[in-house]
Parts: sequence; structure tokens; C-alpha cells
Amino acid sequence: MQISLTVNGVAVSRRVEPRQSLVDFLRYDLELTGSHVGCEHGVCGACTVRVDGALVRGCLMLAVQADGCRVETIEGVAGTGEVFDLQQAFAQENALQCGFCTPGMLLTAQDLLARKPGASALEIREALSGNYCRCTGYHAIVEAVRTTAEARTKARA
Amino acid sequence: MKPAQFAYHRPASLDEALALVERYGPDGRILAGGQSLVPALNMRLAAPAALIDINRLPGLDRIGLEPEGLVIGALARHEAVESSPLVARHAPLIAQAMPHIGHRAIRTRGTVGGSIALADPAAELPACLVALEAVVRVAGRGTRRDIAARGFFRGIYTTDLAPGEIVTAVVVPGIQPAWRSSFAELARRHGDYALVGLAVHCRVDGGAIGVARLAFCGVGATPVRASRAEAALSGRRPDPGVVEEAGRALDADLDPPGDVHGSPALRRHLARVLLARSIGQIAG
Repeated sequence: MQISLTVNGVAVSRRVEPRQSLVDFLRYDLELTGSHVGCEHGVCGACTVRVDGALVRGCLMLAVQADGCRVETIEGVAGTGEVFDLQQAFAQENALQCGFCTPGMLLTAQDLLARKPGASALEIREALSGNYCRCTGYHAIVEAVRTTAEARTKARA
Repeated sequence: MKPAQFAYHRPASLDEALALVERYGPDGRILAGGQSLVPALNMRLAAPAALIDINRLPGLDRIGLEPEGLVIGALARHEAVESSPLVARHAPLIAQAMPHIGHRAIRTRGTVGGSIALADPAAELPACLVALEAVVRVAGRGTRRDIAARGFFRGIYTTDLAPGEIVTAVVVPGIQPAWRSSFAELARRHGDYALVGLAVHCRVDGGAIGVARLAFCGVGATPVRASRAEAALSGRRPDPGVVEEAGRALDADLDPPGDVHGSPALRRHLARVLLARSIGQIAG
């Protein structure tokens, strides 16, 4: 089936098999390998992307369903600088080791901070509870998101 | 972990969707939010010949106030329901339950109709509908039916839907000012399916519980109304002795399963804990 969509601001048109997931389409057809494929059943959060501004699991949406949609991946939000401070904070706080979960963590954290700029540590933990990290034990990730929230609040003041 | 091949249809109208549902029969599956169906496809627990993607059906995601109550369209996403002022005002029980459903990236896609039609025994929404004595609205080719929520859920992943029918909306009857509600659940991690969940909808008369409706999820094949505990609460002030008595009545109301997540005894205990917390919150 032929689909046309916008990915990170670029219009793309491709023929895809209906059974292909959105994340496989991004990785194999568009070579955007920043979105990762972990569990493939919606549990680990490594494939998280944004579709029409909403956070979604790239493994639980078919590529054909994104026809006509605006898709954003970690390459997009990192490229525009939208998550630059979050990325810096992740490095600063040692919030990643292997990096497999990091793209999903960044997108999920960014979504939370956009909705709740003053999110507490508990709210950050809840928001990230759908993203698995097998390296860090989460504490450093929560700290990175919290310090970013504080810095953004200060910058706005 | 890749789905088997299937034909993909994206009908543009309800009539077109119903014709496809009839054409494929048991070999076709309706794709709504896909947050349960797509995992099943990926793991090849399901391998339908065709997917009928209803996501682009116009108007099916509408949330609106009608004479018969609050009508929530089958395609309303959990996230839209969660943030709807209408739902917060006219079905606060559902608004309270929403944050417990999966994670945000699940709720942006998952739909009310999908959750109802799947009928997972641990799911939050079916229990809410049973506590609210809501109605499930379904459509087939040339047929429309309203089914009481209590009769809609028949067993594990089993509903009253007939072949060729799809869920189009749920209708929550208008609530009166004296009614209060509470949703609570206990899960090992936020976003997991509940070990036990409890939807409470009560009329509070002065300091007493006038009418109590308690619907549990995760403790049986369907949402379970705890009629003995309801009777123990009704017409009484919910002081600690009365709540304890209602908690004891749950032993006869519930026959929870044991599985890798928890034993029947654990679930019975958690059900009492939830009941005490919820009644405390409603009465407080």
C-alpha cells in the first residue's frame, strides 16, 4: 500500500506492506535507526515516537496507519534542538549507559515536561514507568529530567 | 515477532466497516487503538485474514451530552477521555480511572470501544461501566442495540456482541448531585494491569451511604458487582465497624483467581484494602 507522511518535517512517500510496524518502517525504509525495537509488544518504550504531536509506541502502530500523519523521531527532536538541554542533563547525570532506552526516555520526558513543567520526582517516575532501562536503575534518569525541569522553570522566570 | 500477512482495509463509513465485518466474519478483526490487538499480531497469537481499521470513521470519537446521558464514542482515545471536561463533570469515575490505564503512549492510541470489546477481566473501563450501570451501544448491518454493561461482559475476552456487530459508543446515565465515585487499584507497577481494581459509585445521603455500587476488576472473568458488600453498606453510616463488615462480606462476593501475579488470598486481602480506602475517600 502506498503511504505519504511527514517525517521530521520531510515529506516522504513509500510503498509498504500492511503488516509493517511504524518503527520498522522508520528504521528499515527511512534508515532512521534512533527509534529502537525492544519488546515489540508495547511494554519497553524503546520505540517511542510522536505522531501528530502525541506520544505513541512505534511497535503498536502500523506504518499504513501513519498515512497522512506528521511523525517525529529522536533524530527530529534532537536535530531541532528541542531536547538539547535534556540530552545535556542525561550526559551530566550519567543517565545512560548503553543508550538503548535513551531515545524513548528523552521523548517521554519531553512530553511530560511540555504538559507539566513543574513535575515532581514522583510524577517523573510515573511518566517514565512505561520505559525500561536495564543499565542505570532509573535514579539518574529521574534526576536528569528533574534538573532539566528546574532549569527550564528558572529560564522562564 | 512480526505479524503474519493480512489484508488491510480502511473503511470511510460505518456502513462500509459493517459490510467488511460481515464479509470476513471470524477471519476479520477490527483495528481500533491496536494497543492489545497489535501485540497479539506481533506474537502471532492472532493471525486474522484481514484487519478492518476503523480509526478514520468520522464522528465515532465524539464525546457529547445527550438526553440519555453522556455518550462516549467508541473511538474516543483514553487520553481524550482523561482530559475531557464533560467526562470529569458527568462521569468522574471514568476520569479517575483513566490515569491507571497503561502509560501515556498507550492512552494516546487506546480507545474506549476497543477496551470494552476486548473485555479483559483486569481492565478498568468495564468495571467503571458496570458500577455506573452504563449502556454499551452496538451496531450491525441494519441493526442497533443498547446493552446494559452488566450483561455485556460474559466471560474472559467474551462479550454479548453478535457476529457482525461492533461497539459504537458507551452511554453513561446522568448522575445526580448526591452521587460520588472513586476508582482505585493496586498493581505492582504503575501502568500494569491491576491485581485488583475497584470502581465505586455511591449515593451519599447526609452522612450515610444511601446506595452503594461496587464493581471489582481483576478478581474474576468479568467485572464483579459485590452485592453483599453493597448491602452491608447501604443505608448506613460508613464508620469503621460497617466498613469492616462490608469487607467481610466480600469473601462471599469474590472468588478471585490465583496466578503468577498473586494468590487468591492476596487478592481477597487487597480487595478489602481497596474497599476501606475508597469508602473512606467517598465519605471523607
